Amino acid sequence: MILARIVGTVVATRKDERLVSHKLLVAQPIDPQGADSGRQLVAIDTVDAGVGDTVLIVTGSSARMAAELHETPVDAAVVGVVDSIDLASR
Amino acid sequence: MQLARVVGDVVATRKHGALRGPALLLVQPIDGAGADQGSPLAAVDAAQAGVGDRVLLVMEARAAATALRRRAAPVEAAIVGVVDHVDVVPGPPGSEA
Repeated sequence: MILARIVGTVVATRKDERLVSHKLLVAQPIDPQGADSGRQLVAIDTVDAGVGDTVLIVTGSSARMAAELHETPVDAAVVGVVDSIDLASR
Repeated sequence: MQLARVVGDVVATRKHGALRGPALLLVQPIDGAGADQGSPLAAVDAAQAGVGDRVLLVMEARAAATALRRRAAPVEAAIVGVVDHVDVVPGPPGSEA
């Protein structure tokens, strides 16, 4: 699972019909301190996340394990909205 | 998934049987603001996209085969949507370094 910040939304009316009724969110992977780390991606939303939220994203086949996505052509899904991250001081 | 821009067509008359039918397009991955992100790759088109379109790409074997409605196909990237628009908010201060 990766940490990411939701930075935008995607609207695509002409798409695979199995993606209809799912929000598509643009996510920027971040490190635990919140700094950008890695390439932006688009993830399907399963927890009603919004722009500005810090979230948990699963990629690859795990993305389809969210019950209603079993036979859907997706490879990234938002599966949690993070409230806080407590880092042990090193 | 990945945002990408279709930058060309790929013609391959001799190819695996499972690749016959849908078009093969050359796509350049981009970020939410449209800047290039990574190198171009060939993707199977499952959304009737055309050169110049911004598209939604899945880049994982099972997802790509599912997009083609095939249980198994030697594919790992498929176009599953044509993007109308992307709304991206500027990053938090200090993230544009």
